[in-house]
Amino acid sequence: MEVNELQKIGVFVCWCGSNIAGTVDVAKVAETLKNEPGVVFSTDYQYMCSEAGQLIIKNAIKDNGLTGIVVCSCSPRMHEATFRKTAEAAGLNPYMVEIANVREQCSWIHKDMEEGTEKAIILGRSAVAKLNLNTPLIAGENPVTKRALVIGGGIAGIQTALDIADAGFEVDIVEKKQTIGGKMAQLDKTFPTLDCAACILTPKMVDASANDKITLYTYSEVDNVSGFVGNFTVDIRKKARYINTDVCTGCGACTEKCPSRKTPNEFNMGLDTRSAIFIPFAQAIPNIPSIDKNACLHFKTGKCGICQKTCGVNAIDFEQEDEIVTREYGAIVAATGFNPIKVDKFDEFQYSQSPDVVTSLELERIMNAAGPTKGKLVRPSDHKHPTDMVFIQCVGSRGESCREKGYCSKICCMYTAKHAMLIRDKYPDVNVHVFYIDVRTPGKNFDEFYRRAVEEYGVDYIKGMVGKVSTRSNGRLLVQGSDLLANEQLLLETDMVVLATAIEPDESVKDLATMLTASIDTNNFLTEAHAKLRPVESPTAGVFLSGVCQGPKDIPETVAQAGAAASKVIGLLCKDKLIANPCVAKSEELLCSGCSVCANVCPYGAITYEEKEVNDHGVRETRRLAQVNSAVCQGCGACTVACPSGAMDLQGFSTRQIMAEVDAICK
Amino acid sequence: MSENTNLKESILRTSGVNPKKCMKCGKCSGTCPAFDEMEYHPHQFVAMVEKGNIEPLLNSKSLYYCLTCFACVERCPRSVEPAKLVEAVRLEVIRQQNQNHLTANDIPAKLDSEIPQQALVSAFRKYAK
Repeated sequence: MEVNELQKIGVFVCWCGSNIAGTVDVAKVAETLKNEPGVVFSTDYQYMCSEAGQLIIKNAIKDNGLTGIVVCSCSPRMHEATFRKTAEAAGLNPYMVEIANVREQCSWIHKDMEEGTEKAIILGRSAVAKLNLNTPLIAGENPVTKRALVIGGGIAGIQTALDIADAGFEVDIVEKKQTIGGKMAQLDKTFPTLDCAACILTPKMVDASANDKITLYTYSEVDNVSGFVGNFTVDIRKKARYINTDVCTGCGACTEKCPSRKTPNEFNMGLDTRSAIFIPFAQAIPNIPSIDKNACLHFKTGKCGICQKTCGVNAIDFEQEDEIVTREYGAIVAATGFNPIKVDKFDEFQYSQSPDVVTSLELERIMNAAGPTKGKLVRPSDHKHPTDMVFIQCVGSRGESCREKGYCSKICCMYTAKHAMLIRDKYPDVNVHVFYIDVRTPGKNFDEFYRRAVEEYGVDYIKGMVGKVSTRSNGRLLVQGSDLLANEQLLLETDMVVLATAIEPDESVKDLATMLTASIDTNNFLTEAHAKLRPVESPTAGVFLSGVCQGPKDIPETVAQAGAAASKVIGLLCKDKLIANPCVAKSEELLCSGCSVCANVCPYGAITYEEKEVNDHGVRETRRLAQVNSAVCQGCGACTVACPSGAMDLQGFSTRQIMAEVDAICK
Repeated sequence: MSENTNLKESILRTSGVNPKKCMKCGKCSGTCPAFDEMEYHPHQFVAMVEKGNIEPLLNSKSLYYCLTCFACVERCPRSVEPAKLVEAVRLEVIRQQNQNHLTANDIPAKLDSEIPQQALVSAFRKYAK
């Protein structure tokens, strides 16, 4: 074994109450490790992380002139930072601390005291072996760009941006649609208070637009992200609207005169049509039209140009092209939201066959005063007033076949109760039936809301699922489903069927996750750094999560999470400098052959090459050498494994150190 | 109890169904075209097999009303596949010893050119043991 003669090591074995001491003979571990090379002091104590425990460490460092310490305790994720601070307070370099995890990786997984003790000794010995080769490391500092980027302009993104701006920081919102507002702008009323969605959302949209700290990039997408926490560089693609936004007054004359009016209106879920040059809805922000190139007669035939002739300020510009804007940011918030899933694979519900089978978001537009029917509830097929309506819950949620999502979409129970209640309130002659599997309404005033739908508004809740929907010769729909509580199969003739459709993360999140090096789960929801303790941070430093892109949630939860993400961003932007991790890769110049393998495997783009003059044992020559940008390197070690000539090494986790650990374990 | 446990295990093995996956949504019974003829409905098959309450199913005519149309298999959101379970219970009855309505020796006398080849093969396979 390699022994550094100058190293004086102290070993501290923690009992963690009975967590460790219950299955590990801590006194024996301390006693045995005393004989390891370099160890000059060894002891055990009930709680090493306590004030008293830390004092033992500090005193031992001073009294024995220790050059490094090994703490045999819980996972380094828990208390490595604590013990590094303790060592630093006693005058040691914090990277001269090694943790032997004798709790999660030892006492908790062993029942037998003898086995547990043996393994704890081996783990301690391995940490001592590594520490013998440790050298003090000095952490560098990076400046912080005091500007944040929010990707997505729905309620999550708007709230995050408003909160960041409120703290005095500049923030940009990138929204891929023509207007901010997101899904909430499409909703009619909101549960459980039934206030109109537009009435509470549009003031926030106006605030975001009027705030001089907030810049809106609508009809724009993130093209590229590089850099790292505090220092991101982002390319934003401003898609061509074919409108000169500086002069357009938003008068809307062009949209009225446009002769191409047959395009399905996305904002109204395709229930009516729009013109080729259009503003999505009356309160859109910015209130500027854009031209849909695929529908515009000028782009298709080269003729027309009526909008250009109509425009009083000459704002139409058919020659406009996409523009790339490059900006620097200190922090990035993903707020990319969701979409209802496509239900065309659910043939049993006749969605693709009958216009009277609609999704819940389509019903929102039907019920909305600004929607395709001006808020009047009518059957889409013949615009007649319905007398019976059936709601089907959990369509596409909680399933395990390829057409379903495995998770509960969380919001459907409440919005279905809302729809049922609103319909019964406005049209008491309409019978409303809801087929449910479970009614899930946790939340403040949520269950009361659902009970009101049943008790006060007489909504008929049926425990069971619909098996199939068919069209009758009289034009109505026949719903066949089970009533499990009555052990009956029901046949209900109805005018409309509403599918409580599952929600899924917006498609764009996949490419975005790659650009941000943020991870997504099997359902494409962005992963949080810790499911309980770090719910709004992504595992990538400087990237934060807001809204449904992290998991299904309703508006109150989204707004709360948006605020939480904003506070994390503010905490980051408040700092003038960030302490860098010194455990980064370093290339040994004389060994590097300039082969580029390391640069190709680096997930962070931290490695570049430069021509440099070297003196190789008296031979002077210019070579192509790998250079690690220590600010960008995250210390993952991929390059050290890939390097064919062994030139790359990770500081603090060098090959020598790791081999010493392995040798100590195998001894 | 142990006999019931064996029966349940045998049914689960032949069907390949895991009734624990059922979330009791009732879509199988909601979709079943033979629901009205059945004493025990598809969702009840799943629940009763899971509980080991199999005796009533063995004696019920419900077994023979299942059309094996597989609508429940197709539409079950949890991939429980109730029709396969019904089929397994049916096989359990058919395979019981001393329940034969025929013996192998009876078969030649009953041969008829109208009987499909496949039925004969099945009959010999069953009674020739």
